[in-house]
Amino acid sequence: MSRIGVFICWCGENIARTVDMDAVTRQVAEFPGVRCAVNYKYMCSDPGQTIVRDKIVSERLDAVVIASCSPHMHLRTFRSAASLAGLNPYRVEMANIREQCSWVHPNRAQATAKAVQLIRLSVEKVRRDHELEPIRVPVTRRALVIGGGVAGIQAALDIANSGYEVVMVEREPSIGGKMAGLSETFPTLDCSQCILTPRMVEVGQHPKIKLYSYSEVEAVSGYVGNFNVTIRQKARYVDIKKCTGCGECWNVCPLKRNPSEFDYAMGMRPAIYVPFPQAVPARPVIDAKVCAKILRNGCGLCLKKCKAEAINFKDEDKLVEEKVGAVVIATGYKLYNIGKVQDRPKLQGYGEYGYGKYKNVIDSLQFERLLSASGPTVGELKRPSDGAQPKSVVFLCCVGSRDNAKGLPYCSKICCMYTAKHAMLYKHKVHDGQAHVFYMDIRAGGKGYEEFVRRAIEQDGAQYYRGRVSKITEENGKLIVRGTDTLAGEPVTIEADMVVLASAMCPADGVEQLAQKFNVGYDEYGFLLESHPKLRPVETASAGVYICGACQAPKDIPESVAQASAAASKVLITFSASELTREPEIAKVNEDTCAACFTCQHACPYHAIEQAEVRTPRGVFIKRTARVNPGLCMGCGTCVAVCPSKSADLEGFTEQQIYSMVESLV
Amino acid sequence: MSVATAVSAISDIIPQVESLAHTRIRDCYQCGKCTAGCPVAAGMDSGPTRLIRLLQLGQTEKALGAQGMWQCVSCQTCSTRCPKSVDCAGIMDALRQLSFERGVTTPGQQRTVLFQKAFLANIRRNGRLNELELIGEFKLTTFVSGRSISFLLKDATLAPELMKRKKFHLVGEKARDRAVVARIFARCMDGSHL
Amino acid sequence: MNLAYYPGCALHGSSNDYEQSLRACLGSLDVQLKEIDDWICCGATAAHSLNQKLAVALPARNLALAENKGFHEMLAPCPMCSMQLLKARKELMESEALRRSVSEIVELEVRGETKVLNLIQLFESIGLDKLKAAVKVPLSTMKAACYYGCLLTRPPEVVEFDDFEQPRSMEKILEAVGGKTVDWNYRTECCGAGMTMANEQTVLDLSHKILTNAEQHGANCLVVACPMCHVNLDMKQPNIEQHYGVKHAMPIYYLSDVVGLALGFEPEALGVNRHFVPGVARSADLQVSKPAAGLKADAAGKA
Repeated sequence: MSRIGVFICWCGENIARTVDMDAVTRQVAEFPGVRCAVNYKYMCSDPGQTIVRDKIVSERLDAVVIASCSPHMHLRTFRSAASLAGLNPYRVEMANIREQCSWVHPNRAQATAKAVQLIRLSVEKVRRDHELEPIRVPVTRRALVIGGGVAGIQAALDIANSGYEVVMVEREPSIGGKMAGLSETFPTLDCSQCILTPRMVEVGQHPKIKLYSYSEVEAVSGYVGNFNVTIRQKARYVDIKKCTGCGECWNVCPLKRNPSEFDYAMGMRPAIYVPFPQAVPARPVIDAKVCAKILRNGCGLCLKKCKAEAINFKDEDKLVEEKVGAVVIATGYKLYNIGKVQDRPKLQGYGEYGYGKYKNVIDSLQFERLLSASGPTVGELKRPSDGAQPKSVVFLCCVGSRDNAKGLPYCSKICCMYTAKHAMLYKHKVHDGQAHVFYMDIRAGGKGYEEFVRRAIEQDGAQYYRGRVSKITEENGKLIVRGTDTLAGEPVTIEADMVVLASAMCPADGVEQLAQKFNVGYDEYGFLLESHPKLRPVETASAGVYICGACQAPKDIPESVAQASAAASKVLITFSASELTREPEIAKVNEDTCAACFTCQHACPYHAIEQAEVRTPRGVFIKRTARVNPGLCMGCGTCVAVCPSKSADLEGFTEQQIYSMVESLV
Repeated sequence: MSVATAVSAISDIIPQVESLAHTRIRDCYQCGKCTAGCPVAAGMDSGPTRLIRLLQLGQTEKALGAQGMWQCVSCQTCSTRCPKSVDCAGIMDALRQLSFERGVTTPGQQRTVLFQKAFLANIRRNGRLNELELIGEFKLTTFVSGRSISFLLKDATLAPELMKRKKFHLVGEKARDRAVVARIFARCMDGSHL
Repeated sequence: MNLAYYPGCALHGSSNDYEQSLRACLGSLDVQLKEIDDWICCGATAAHSLNQKLAVALPARNLALAENKGFHEMLAPCPMCSMQLLKARKELMESEALRRSVSEIVELEVRGETKVLNLIQLFESIGLDKLKAAVKVPLSTMKAACYYGCLLTRPPEVVEFDDFEQPRSMEKILEAVGGKTVDWNYRTECCGAGMTMANEQTVLDLSHKILTNAEQHGANCLVVACPMCHVNLDMKQPNIEQHYGVKHAMPIYYLSDVVGLALGFEPEALGVNRHFVPGVARSADLQVSKPAAGLKADAAGKA
């Protein structure tokens, strides 16, 4: 026989104004199994909780119903209170008579009657609640960081400096991401590599960071605290342990003119190359798509030259297994492809801007490389077609962004700032040059950002035109830019030596497949989904998997770094105990009645159901069964719904409970 | 104009423009790409961006009274490049139609209106365009409203040039069933919109 | 090939040289054109500017006339007509209510079953390989600027034809029949359209820019597939020259002229002699290496 206590909260006036407290208390006290029913002004307060605890002891209650606000508010509070009084916390239910009753029904009589019914349901439910224990899973206190850009580097260093091992996987031959390719960063105009490379070196040398460069995550299984990750180390054809980085190989390579990925095709690199001098690891990689030895067994000069015998043309991709307890995804971004070839059907590119047709129409990352002191033109601004110094440069903002028709509807956030920066850096290099900027709005909300943009206009003389450009053509080596200024209401045509397009920020290629491996959601653009846009910006729907940086949404470096530290802190919380506790309200399969049809396994969105065998103690096979992995199950109940033999059920929400609740109402 | 009529002007012009052009005026965020690509914007008192802004602000009188849309050559560049898929060319059509229907722009004020009105009347009569009749009517009516002799005689030398090239048709083609054409016109020009 | 033919008012009016040209050319390519019986004007600029109902109804009637004779395809060589026909067809197909009410207005059931082709699409349909095989006269001296104008490629969601920023369909046809083309910047810029009578200055301004740019990029002629463009660039060329004090002397060929010349027709058979700016006088002139009358010498002095 149950000994249920019902505690009804006034919530000040929030509930008591509409619901008749005394009437409810009287009626509820009559329910079978209810030993006591009390009401109080603020049940969640200290005195309120004391009432609950005292009653549990004095009335020897074996279950408690709190009729008050939404469980989202105080379920934890009351479970703790029950625990303290010696009652299993999973024998506590809450009836929401505020959000679902007093706040939405103005009629006192009707609200009171409904409150009674809601409590009736909770009493029925709690009657059949099992005493549950939180699930404990061991935690492997190692983290995986995917992506070696500034966000990944920050997260890895934070976690490693806290004493835990970090496995970092980076797709490119070197870490550093997009930031390594920038010239200077806003708003301080710090040299980008100068502030980043010390961090890169720290990662490369950190005793607790295991760096897999030129590698990708191939597969992952497991759950929070217990992930098994398979990493594909792509064939470099160079043994980075033997290689000394002396550079003889890339100096002797005859295939010197391959478009450099790091320079976004503004410069060339040999077939065996280090992407940039400050690369970490500072070891070359061979481009198997063009290397003569690999393609047709020719050349082989680098092999001959290498004194360290580090070159191995028989190299192959390797698969490596790593066990980690938490994952941080920091895969960064790429720029929207302005040319015609697109990877999504709705995008169309911008034929009117001549990108790809006219050599001197480039995008913003390409311009960064031209500005960069370590870039293909060694920091001298030379335009791609003829190497001449451009005396007039036009910058277009919002190319691909804020465009519902042919591009992406969102704002890419950083382009207003980096375009102002480009205009300033251009002027610093070409004193008699003129920068023209076509913009729609100026988005400069960060610290020092507004002042930075005004500096570009007021001190460095950048001419800003409020309007979009309709078309760019080339006549006699000059780019004719046809735009407008809506503030003056005038069409504006400019003859430019070079045009820089501020292209939209998109998630990196392949992020959707990666997200699927980790059961992380993503939106229609490929940006990874956070658990809650306001309150949980670095967590995801998958426990133990965190995101940070531009893979979540367009953002600048300070925000990426801040989010990376936030993600690291979440990892550290995960690692704070040697065991993780999970809520036990998860699915359970009755292995005696399970028919092993495995419909549940196919239906489970979290891959939380395994095929298991039931054996005798001596190991004789009896039958197969479905079995829920308590580490992965999220308690969604899909398996319960599909199970044809009713063997799957949900703790805390069993079928019996639900039926009895429904029947108690009719 | 009284407040009442001003308000009614605002309240019914914009829905009519949107309905004729199948487009939503408030979608426009005034980026100016339409004006930037418009081949004749330099000669307009209000380019397409400004015309749409006037509508957004409810200044429908100014919009209907503008000259800009009569310069428009309907090249469709604006609509094609608009990042918000606003049918700007359609809005120009709607402004022309409403301005003409409400007598804000009269044939006397705009030669283009005179020409297009004559064009439609010509088709209504003949089912197909009779070029000689059209030019004749156009030249005469512009002369009557503007008294410009130079304009009247300007293209006179074309006639022998066209004749030489057998491009001059004294008797134009007509559709056989002109009655159905007249009925179609009657149904379309009864003041109602689709 | 058998298809319906909608000439439109221009091709039976002062642009009847275009009709002469395409009838000769297509006739030799085994294309049978059946003029739509009792077709009416599509409404052109006047209708869509002054009365939206007419702008849908007039083309709709012509669609119905073609459908009722069972034609699957119709050729509309004037892009103003073809665009209006395509637009009406699209709008009627998207709204059953509109289709019914317009069918009532035009007193014929419009079902939108007939496809509308422009001249370029017709040549593509015939097949570039077939054209190439039929070439008899190499167009060695021709360096053409292909001019698309506005309505062949815009609005893109209506006409759904070619790349509206960098179209190449006409260049491909020219290359198939052995002509050379130039890359230039005014391929889809407006010539002034129907403003020829009412707003002549606009036409002179815009067409002058087109001719100038074509010259600057080394063209010795323009190729068009629109009668309005032809009028503005050809018939108005003397006015342009007078107004701006320049000598363009740039012949304007219809696409069917160029294909016809390659197929061996004499210019006169194609109506080229009826242009205002003299085109090539004899087929043989297309092959001579010195500048012949009717082909503009380029800057280097060689044609």
